[in-house]
Amino acid sequence: MKRIDATFKRLKKRGEKALIPFITAGDPDLATTKALALEMAEKGADLLELGIPFSDPLADGPTIQAASCRALKVGTHLQEVLKLAGELRQETEIPLILMGYYNPILQYGLEHTAQEARRLGVDGFIIPDLPLEEAGPWRKAAVAAGLATIFLAAPTSGAARITKAGRLTRGFLYYVSVTGITGARQALPADLVAALKEVRSLVKCPLAVGFGISTPDQVKGLAPYVDGVVVGSAIVQRVAILQGPELIKEVGEFIASLKEPLRGK
Amino acid sequence: MLPDKHGRYGPYGGRFVPETLMPALLELEEAYRRISRDKEFKDEVAWYLKDYVGRPTPLYFARHLTEALGGPQIYIKREDLAHTGAHKINNTLGQGLLARRMGKKRIIAETGAGQHGVATATVAALLGQECDIFMGTEDIRRQRLNVIRMRLLGARVIPVESGSCTLKDAMNEAIRDWVTNVRHTHYVLGSVGGPHPYPMIVRDFQSVIGQEAKAQLHRVTGRLPQCLVACVGGGSNAMGLFHAFYQDPVRFVGVEAAGHGLKSGHHSATLVAGSTGVLHGAFSYLLQDPWGNIQEAHSLAPGLDYPGVGPEHSFFKDSGRAEYVAVTDKEALEGFQLLSETEGILPALESSHAVAYLKKLAPQYGPDDLIIVNLSGRGDKDVDAVAQALEVSGEAH
Ligand SMILES: Cc1ncc(COP(=O)(O)O)c(C=O)c1O
Repeated sequence: MKRIDATFKRLKKRGEKALIPFITAGDPDLATTKALALEMAEKGADLLELGIPFSDPLADGPTIQAASCRALKVGTHLQEVLKLAGELRQETEIPLILMGYYNPILQYGLEHTAQEARRLGVDGFIIPDLPLEEAGPWRKAAVAAGLATIFLAAPTSGAARITKAGRLTRGFLYYVSVTGITGARQALPADLVAALKEVRSLVKCPLAVGFGISTPDQVKGLAPYVDGVVVGSAIVQRVAILQGPELIKEVGEFIASLKEPLRGK
Repeated sequence: MLPDKHGRYGPYGGRFVPETLMPALLELEEAYRRISRDKEFKDEVAWYLKDYVGRPTPLYFARHLTEALGGPQIYIKREDLAHTGAHKINNTLGQGLLARRMGKKRIIAETGAGQHGVATATVAALLGQECDIFMGTEDIRRQRLNVIRMRLLGARVIPVESGSCTLKDAMNEAIRDWVTNVRHTHYVLGSVGGPHPYPMIVRDFQSVIGQEAKAQLHRVTGRLPQCLVACVGGGSNAMGLFHAFYQDPVRFVGVEAAGHGLKSGHHSATLVAGSTGVLHGAFSYLLQDPWGNIQEAHSLAPGLDYPGVGPEHSFFKDSGRAEYVAVTDKEALEGFQLLSETEGILPALESSHAVAYLKKLAPQYGPDDLIIVNLSGRGDKDVDAVAQALEVSGEAH
C-alpha cells in the first residue's frame, strides 16, 4: 500500500498522471504475463493491475471474459497469481494490484489471501463484486495485512455513495467511466468530464478512471481531471491476437503511447 | 421475519454485485417495501392472479397415485394449470407490475427451461413492456418450443454462448445487460436466488402457492399436511410452497437433481453435494472447484440445471428446517411416467423430480398422513426430451 501512495505522491510532484494497465494473469500463460508486466513497467506503466481469472466474471465484457477463459484453460488460479506477483516483486518496485472476483478469494481464505499477498509483495486488491456494504470482513483482513482495498464508484452511485467510497478506499478511488461492463469503446460518455469534476470535488484521495478507455487520445482528454487512467481491454485485445516477442513489443509500444499524454509538461 | 436489513438469512444472502448495480438494488428494495404495502397494488396483483393467471390453482387429491404408492394421501398443487404452464408467472406478474410502478419500460430475464422466459414475455406483452430474454444456446436447443413461444409473445431471445451455455451463463449475461441499462430496465430474476432483495421479492410473490394450498387442504381435511415436497432448482416453487407453513409442524423436503448420479460429478445437487460461496450476488451453497470457480451443473431438467440455489434454502438446510435430497435423471423419468400413467398428468421434468421422491417418502407414512407435492409445471415442453430418453415413437408405426 505504501508503494501506491508513494507513487501517486511522486507523480503529483512531477505534474504527471499514472498509467495503470490491466492484463489477466495466465493469459495465455503465466510466463507471458510476467514478460508483459515487466515490459509495461519498463515502458511507462506506473501501477500494474493483474486479473485473477474467474469462471463467471459478470462485470466484464467479451474481451476480458475470453482472457479469463484462456487463463483458466491453462489452469491458472489465485495461488499461482500470487506466486507470479512474488516473482515480479523480485524484479520491480512498481505497485502491484490484484483484481479478482470475490469467490476465489473467499475460498482461498480472506486472511490467507491477504497475508500471502502481503508476504509476496502485492500492494492492493480490487474486487468488483464486493461493494462497500459487503466489504467488512475482507477489509479487516486487508487492513491487518497492510493491503489497500480499492473501491469503485460508478455513474449511478450518486454523491453520498461516492463520498463514502472516497472515505473507505485506500490507494485511490476507481471511477467507472461508463454505466456498463468492461470493454474497449470507440467513444466515452459525453458527460464523463463533468462526472469526474464532481467526483473530484467529493473525494480527497487520488482518483483513477477506467472501463472502455482504449486510445492515447482518450487518455489525453481525461488526464487533466484525474490522477490515473486504467486501460484494460485494449491491451487484452492485443494479447488475444499476438504472440511471443511481437506481442511484447507491441504492448510495450502501446503503453508508451498511452503514457505520453500523462507525462508532465 | 428474515431477511435482516442486510438481506441476510443467517450468514446467507447479501448483495455481492458491482457498484453500478448497488443503487438499483437499494432503489428496488425501497420501492418494493413501499409498493407492496399499497392496497391498490395488492388488489391489482390479486385481480391479475385470479382473472389472468387462473388462480387459485387446484389442490388435487391424487387417488390413483396414492393407491399406487400405498402410503400417505397425496395431494398435488396444480401450478401446471397456471397460465403459461408453471409457477413462474406468479413472480413475473408481480415483478412486471412492480416494474411498471417504478417507471421501468423494459424488462429482461434469464431463462433455463424457458418457463421463466415465457412467463416474463407473457407479462411484458400484457403490460406493454419491451422484453429481452437471455438463454443459453444449449437450452435453446433443448427447449425449442419455449423459444418459439417467447418470440410469438414479442420478446427478443438473446442466445448466450459463454461457459456451459445454460442457465448460469444466461444469468451472467442478464446481469451484464442490467449493469449497462439499469436506468430504464428492470431485471426480472426468476428464482429465489441472486442479490437481495430478489430472494425476498420472489419468495413473497410465490408464497401464494403455499397460502392457497394450506387453506385448500384445511377446507377438505381440516388438517395440516405432514410433509411438503417440491423440486429445487433456484428454489422458488419450493419456497413458494413452504413459506406459509414456516411456523407449522410440517416437514419440508426439497428435491434437487442428481443428474447422472452424485458420484458422477454430473449433477445439480447444490445443497446436497455443494459448498458455500458467492455466485450471482449471493452467499449460498454452490457447485465449485477448489479454487472457487463455478462448476457446470447437469440435469435432464433444464430448469434445475443450475450450480447455485437461493440463500434462504441454504439457511433452511443448516438450521434443519428443511431437508434436501436428490434424485437422478433416470428416477425423474420414472416419476414422469408414474404421474402420466396413474393420473393423466404430464409433469415438467423439473416437477418429476419431486414426484419421483414420493416413492421414497411413501413408506415412511401411514394412510392417515397427508403429503402435498408441488407440481411446478406441465410437461409439454419436455415431450421431445422424454420421448428421446424413453424411446417413445412419434412415427405412424
Ligand atoms: C416447471 C419448473 N419447475 C421448477 C423450476 C425450478 O425453479 P425453482 O427451483 O426456482 O422453482 C423451473 C425452472 O425453470 C421450472 O420451469
